[in-house]
Amino acid sequence: MNVQNLNSFDPFADEGDPLGGNQDVGSQQNYLHIRIQQRNGRKTLTTLQGLPKEYDPKKLLKAFKKEFACNGTLVDDEEMGQVIQLQGDQRLKIVKFLTEEGIPKNTIKLHGF
Amino acid sequence: MAAEQPLFDPSLKKRKKKAVAFTEDPLGPDADPTTPAPTTIENTTTNGDVVDLGPATAHEQMKRSLNGAPDSVDAVDEAKEDDDFKAMFPDGLKKKKKKKDIPMDLGEDGSGASAAAAVPAATEDLDFSDIKKKKKSTKKKAMEDFEKELNEAKAKDEAEEAEADDGEHLNELDEADLGDDPFARNEAPAGIDSGTEPWLGSDRDYTYPEACALALLTRFYASLHAANPSLLTSTGKRYTIAPPQILREGVRKSIFANVADICKRMHRQPEHVIQFLFAEMGTTGSVDGSGRLVIKGRFQPKQVENVLRRYIVEYVTCKTCKSPDTLLTKENRIFFMSCESCGSRRSVNAIKSGFQAQVGRRKATAQ
Repeated sequence: MNVQNLNSFDPFADEGDPLGGNQDVGSQQNYLHIRIQQRNGRKTLTTLQGLPKEYDPKKLLKAFKKEFACNGTLVDDEEMGQVIQLQGDQRLKIVKFLTEEGIPKNTIKLHGF
Repeated sequence: MAAEQPLFDPSLKKRKKKAVAFTEDPLGPDADPTTPAPTTIENTTTNGDVVDLGPATAHEQMKRSLNGAPDSVDAVDEAKEDDDFKAMFPDGLKKKKKKKDIPMDLGEDGSGASAAAAVPAATEDLDFSDIKKKKKSTKKKAMEDFEKELNEAKAKDEAEEAEADDGEHLNELDEADLGDDPFARNEAPAGIDSGTEPWLGSDRDYTYPEACALALLTRFYASLHAANPSLLTSTGKRYTIAPPQILREGVRKSIFANVADICKRMHRQPEHVIQFLFAEMGTTGSVDGSGRLVIKGRFQPKQVENVLRRYIVEYVTCKTCKSPDTLLTKENRIFFMSCESCGSRRSVNAIKSGFQAQVGRRKATAQ
């Protein structure tokens, strides 16, 4: 069996240094991370981290609070930058909201159980 | 469905199993010409029924189809299922017959006609492989259509039959679902490629383009298998992992009892797995004296299972060939995953716990 389409590309060719773009390997900087944290009892916290620059976290937080009917705050973290923190398990709602606002779904990472 | 289930459910299942043996005799001559080679039967059957399970890679499908042929005798479960399916699909006769004679006590008259009608119904069934309900409705409709065509059996009889058929169908589906290890990866043999042969044998002219496409696919896979059988033997059987055992310790701690066992089955360091678990669940914990993992917070087995699933997808299965037979090595602070079966090698994301919100005890932090 000979598949003509695949002939032009040699899959076993050396790709060069696997760590070519070194700053990007293993880093997850381009992702939006949505996490959940357990508090006492049935209470939880949802955090949204890694928001792209073009979105204003304050306005987004306001929209979230209004839309999800929950409280929330903006936390300044020295490593992660500004993190939106919402009360309750809002993960799926955030994903839905953000995808409807035009953020591609494959840049959103949903963590937690 | 729900309405009909209680009527047929318990007795039908049992009868079905028992009746498998003596299915073919009465209408044998009618049934035989349409029956294809054994390989394809198995395919058909599995295919037709397990549609609902998740998608499988072509590789798995192939493997399944190849396995099905020679192994049908030894694997008891499979054999049984296959019998059922055989009865169900390729010639429609057997199942119909069975149902008709034994459990239902309906009139014997319409059996021939309905049997003839069942074959096309089955084929249509294959085409609409989405949802049970949809399948049901379409199937029923199709049956009725053909019955109108045939003009032989009484309408009422047929409708009842259709319902009964659906009932059994669903039962089988349920069984299959239940029988599955919940924590097993879905390797559903959703072989769309298969199930064509029975129609090929029959002299009906089909207007469905799908039929042609499927026939071609079947031929493609058949020849592929013939050409390189090693494709199929290389992959292991389905990849299963024991479900996590979560116990509760006190109010706010959970114990993940069989973490060591699971790590061993995944061939991963427990430290790595535990690190991932903690990062994903946003908690902390420790390993106690007997190798169990104590997690802070309350977690259900289902939740831990979800996280483990994600771990397997990310760090265990090879992205190229889906094989779980991989090695994780660390070089220059970066983890690399190399596949044992296909030889591919790729770097995997480091585990990062990300932002941790301050939970509780704010006095201590405020100072």
